[in-house]
Amino acid sequence: MTTFLQAVVSGLALGTIYALLALGFVIIYRATDVVSFAQPALMVFGAYWAMYFATVIGWNFWVAVVIAAVLGAVMGAVIERLFLRPLVGRPVFSAVMVTIGLDIVLRVIVDDLLGINQRTMGDPFGLQTVNIGGITIPQSDLAAMLGAILVISALLVFYRTTKYGLAMRAAAFDQEAAMAQGIPVGRMFGLAWALAGSMAAIAGTFISMGNSSLSRSTWVFALRALPVIVLGGLDSIRGAIVGGLIIGVAERLVAAYQPGAAPWLGAGFELVVPYIVMLVVLLVKPYGLYGTAEVQRV
Amino acid sequence: MAITHPLTAALPSTQEALPDGPVVVADDVTLAFAGVVAVKGVSYEVAPRELFAIVGPNGAGKTSNFNLVSGVYQPTSGSMHVLGHDVTTMKPHEIARTGVARTFQNIELFENLTVVDNLMLGRQQHLHYGAGAAMLRTRRVQQAEVANREVVEAIVDFLDIQSHRDALVGMLPYGVQKRVELGRALAMEPKLLLLDEPVAGMNLEETEDMARFILDIRDELGVTIIMVEHDMGLVMDLADRVLVLDFGEVIANDVPSVVQRDPAVIRAYLGGTDMAELEGTR
Ligand SMILES: Nc1ncnc2c1ncn2[C@@H]1O[C@H](COP(=O)(O)OP(=O)(O)O)[C@@H](O)[C@H]1O
Ligand SMILES: [Mg+2]
Repeated sequence: MTTFLQAVVSGLALGTIYALLALGFVIIYRATDVVSFAQPALMVFGAYWAMYFATVIGWNFWVAVVIAAVLGAVMGAVIERLFLRPLVGRPVFSAVMVTIGLDIVLRVIVDDLLGINQRTMGDPFGLQTVNIGGITIPQSDLAAMLGAILVISALLVFYRTTKYGLAMRAAAFDQEAAMAQGIPVGRMFGLAWALAGSMAAIAGTFISMGNSSLSRSTWVFALRALPVIVLGGLDSIRGAIVGGLIIGVAERLVAAYQPGAAPWLGAGFELVVPYIVMLVVLLVKPYGLYGTAEVQRV
Repeated sequence: MAITHPLTAALPSTQEALPDGPVVVADDVTLAFAGVVAVKGVSYEVAPRELFAIVGPNGAGKTSNFNLVSGVYQPTSGSMHVLGHDVTTMKPHEIARTGVARTFQNIELFENLTVVDNLMLGRQQHLHYGAGAAMLRTRRVQQAEVANREVVEAIVDFLDIQSHRDALVGMLPYGVQKRVELGRALAMEPKLLLLDEPVAGMNLEETEDMARFILDIRDELGVTIIMVEHDMGLVMDLADRVLVLDFGEVIANDVPSVVQRDPAVIRAYLGGTDMAELEGTR
């Protein structure tokens, strides 16, 4: 039972980070119709900033996280303005290809900055744990979970109850009509990228703290948000959150039980779990758990 | 039916003083596309509170004229002033923010959103808070959003679309969508309203409802209106002045009773049919 609960709690912590990453994809998709493959680079870059300000400059870790979130937003907005805005009105495919190119270029740069070593983030958690009702939880997991919940809640309130959420959706749906309402469409695209950049930075930081570290291979983690958005539905905010939690928990449960129950599947099998869950859901619900049937506008 | 809801109270900025002089001044405006000259040396002025109609056969350049006023197109030559601004260098969203609202010939609503959300989108520029305040959801943001909902509800009442308020717009019948689009334009508290074929495809009853809304908006709110319309009966009934275009050029610009009898109009536009006759057949 303890093993089970422990796996579930650590899965939920992982899941909130997946949700954070997935939300970045969803928000850009809902505002621009583009799936951005630049998220992995933005995630590693964001984590790099947090690590830099916390360990190299030596500032308080949480201050460093806030700076990383702000720089992530700036990077997102600048990338959109310089490389995506000129493609507005062109086939979505071109924009998607550009995001792939950007991801590669940005990762070359950040890999260079990182060097070949594993970097600790300068967070205060290390390997410390807390004991809640007999379950041992790494402090970093708890912090990541609470932090991600806080960020996601703020985003939900922003998106659901203020003018910007609607404006971003309108901009994607019909640019001409949106402009006729006085909505600066370009700025809404930039805003979506800024939000996504910021969330990627926070996710990258959270995933690298505690007993993990930041390295050149951290970017792979962001790709596991792809099964999450496919599972939840490309255009669904709720889907990103629920999908993130499902995949996080499934991954950790498999990690806890599979080595004992089915060792023949090999080590590290839990890393395949997100994709398996995704494939199974797609067979039953092609648009994901919450996706709209016609996400693609013609 | 008189307005029973305080639209003037709900939409205060429609009541703000207009700049001196005409609301729209088109001076020798030409718009050329590759191969087609859609608008040729067109000049006209629209006075404050006027209900100004633009008519002409298909392809005469009516919609292009709207797109010039709203900034979707820039004139190839000539100048266009709207509400005192030179709009030749302004972006569509900037022009919209000076108080210009429009409906589209082929309804352009946000079909994936509800009626209320569509109207809320018309209110964007009247929500004066920034992204930072929105993120923190300050008291001011909350108050602005609440006040905003009240305006939207007043418009829902005015247009009699209460029963559709939470429906997805894409699911609504055509006639209702036309109304919602008018509502979205009204939500912008415009000083100038551009209506591109507001009753196209409507039955007689829907047309009469729409005509009353248009008159109410002009009379109660004092909004200047430019209307493109094929329904000659409606144009002759409602318009203060009529601009007739043919192949991008102005062939008449006068009060309906004069335009109706203008030989050039009858010849060019109606191919010899008397407009009064047409009106009778409506
Ligand atoms: N974006 C465009 N590109 C090329 N030609 C256009 C464009 N928009 C309008 N036109 C042409 O300009 C002319 C006037 O069109 P329009 O203003 O839509 O006429 P109306 O609204 O009076 O029916 C037509 O010949 C039309 O084909
Ligand atoms: Mg037209």
